[in-house]
Amino acid sequence: MAERVRAGHASAQLRVGGVLVGLFVLLGLFGPLIAPYDPAGQDLFATMEPPSAAHWFGADQVGRDILSRIVVGTRTTLAIALAAVTMAVSCGVALGAIAGRFAGMVDRVVTGFVDLMLTIPGLVLAVAIASAVGASATGLTFAITVSFVPPVARLVRGRVMELRGEDFVVAADAVGMRASRVMVRHILPNAVSVIVIEASLLAGQAVLVGSALGFLGLGVQPPAPEWGAMLASARESIEIAPHLVLAPGIAISLLVLAFNLLGDGLRDYFDPNTITS
Amino acid sequence: MLRLLLERLAAMPLVALGVVTILFVIFKSVPGDEAAMAAGAMANQAEIEAMRHRLGLDQPLLTQYAGHVLGLLRGDFGYSSTFRGNALWPVLDRVPATLALMASAIGVTILLGVPAGIVAGAGQGGPADHIVSGVVVALLAVPNFWLGLILISLFSVRLGWLPSFGFSGGLSLVIPTAALAARLIALVARLTRGLVIEELRKAYVRTARAKGLRGRTVLLRHVLRNAAIPIVTVIGLQAGYLLGGSIVIERLCAWPGVGDLMLTGVSVRDYPLIQGVTLFFVFGFLLLNLGVELLYRFVNPRLRHG
Repeated sequence: MAERVRAGHASAQLRVGGVLVGLFVLLGLFGPLIAPYDPAGQDLFATMEPPSAAHWFGADQVGRDILSRIVVGTRTTLAIALAAVTMAVSCGVALGAIAGRFAGMVDRVVTGFVDLMLTIPGLVLAVAIASAVGASATGLTFAITVSFVPPVARLVRGRVMELRGEDFVVAADAVGMRASRVMVRHILPNAVSVIVIEASLLAGQAVLVGSALGFLGLGVQPPAPEWGAMLASARESIEIAPHLVLAPGIAISLLVLAFNLLGDGLRDYFDPNTITS
Repeated sequence: MLRLLLERLAAMPLVALGVVTILFVIFKSVPGDEAAMAAGAMANQAEIEAMRHRLGLDQPLLTQYAGHVLGLLRGDFGYSSTFRGNALWPVLDRVPATLALMASAIGVTILLGVPAGIVAGAGQGGPADHIVSGVVVALLAVPNFWLGLILISLFSVRLGWLPSFGFSGGLSLVIPTAALAARLIALVARLTRGLVIEELRKAYVRTARAKGLRGRTVLLRHVLRNAAIPIVTVIGLQAGYLLGGSIVIERLCAWPGVGDLMLTGVSVRDYPLIQGVTLFFVFGFLLLNLGVELLYRFVNPRLRHG
């Protein structure tokens, strides 16, 4: 945590976070080509084998190579997290912009709804939705999206309300520019940094929520190689093969760490004066 | 203070109504026959129809909604197919275990997070600061259920020191508490560190030092008192994380709380049960935040007369 960073200067955490995220994106794109084994291929002679030269992270209960499943699973996890964050940010920005721009009834209705959604703890909402929509990658993405919209909307509304009083916005309004144009040309560009930082931190949260739901059996279903689901099956054999627990957890932690570093780094980059809380 | 309390308590039924409506919309928009689910897998068509009539599922949606809300007012949380009765009772049964887990997680957070933050902030840039800051970054990235799994594998399976399963005395709180509190400890430590660094630069600290107070006295008497408000706030903001996290952690450790109960409901699509638990979580969230707000006024005299 660098204490004094100049604005516009890429800190170490920004660079490390960026590089790590980049590496994960490459794994996501080319995972199936890089993986040493077929992630579904069973080698029954290697069942629950501890880490070795042939299987770096060992093999699971039916002899599938853990490393290959981690590598191939990157795509699923990243795709869900990025899709959910993109959709949640789009909806959240729209809602927040509308609420922040129009005072009165519109604001009260939107804010009331957002506040109501925020009283349901995020994971509880995600579990309820996932249970209704059904356990699948699509259902999981939808569940994460819905639970992420309220915080984004609240954040954007606050920023828009701040900007509404700025001279350049008042001036744009005064010369008769249409409200939508003022929003797109003058207000939102000034909210971009806040949104980008939030998106990066939310991506990390999406990975955590996605893998937690996968662990609970409410996300991506086995035999698809998903990190949370892999941990659930590792839990079954924790007494005889504790090493199976390691790799998927390390993968999740590294990806979350990457997004967190990127988000914190971006915050320092855009506004070095804020205290990280 | 009393007015705030009454205002907040009066708003709670409204919030509950909103949440019930949202859940009603979610559950009714799902494909699948609720009556067949409630009647069980072995039921024949006649039994399913009887269940449909009994649950009022043959009524128009608005009638169902009105009946549902009126039922809630009478304490009827709907028919839980898992427990063959009012969904309220199994939820209430499980509340104490979850509350125990919450209380111990919040307690551990304050006992570990605040001192860690003070040590790091007071020795900014030193070895303690680096250790605390590193641990914070790590804890914020680690999924809580994986941390729990590692603890189980280490302390239950390998060493046999701690129970990993269910509730059997105080020791069984250790692993679920640690797994749940880790993220919160990290957040509080990071915040406390930042606040201590900021406060130590202020004039009143210089004055206190100038009049000869020891460093420790300045930290505990003056700095910590000013840092207390944001720390309390962050714990309130993270109440949602704690409550939601209990779902995963309770399943992991077979902890007999409401989170585990919710997953039981989810696995058989027992919507009244899911709704009952969700309402508990919402009330838990609101009450925790109300508690934080009251504590606020207690810690910050400037607000007491506001």
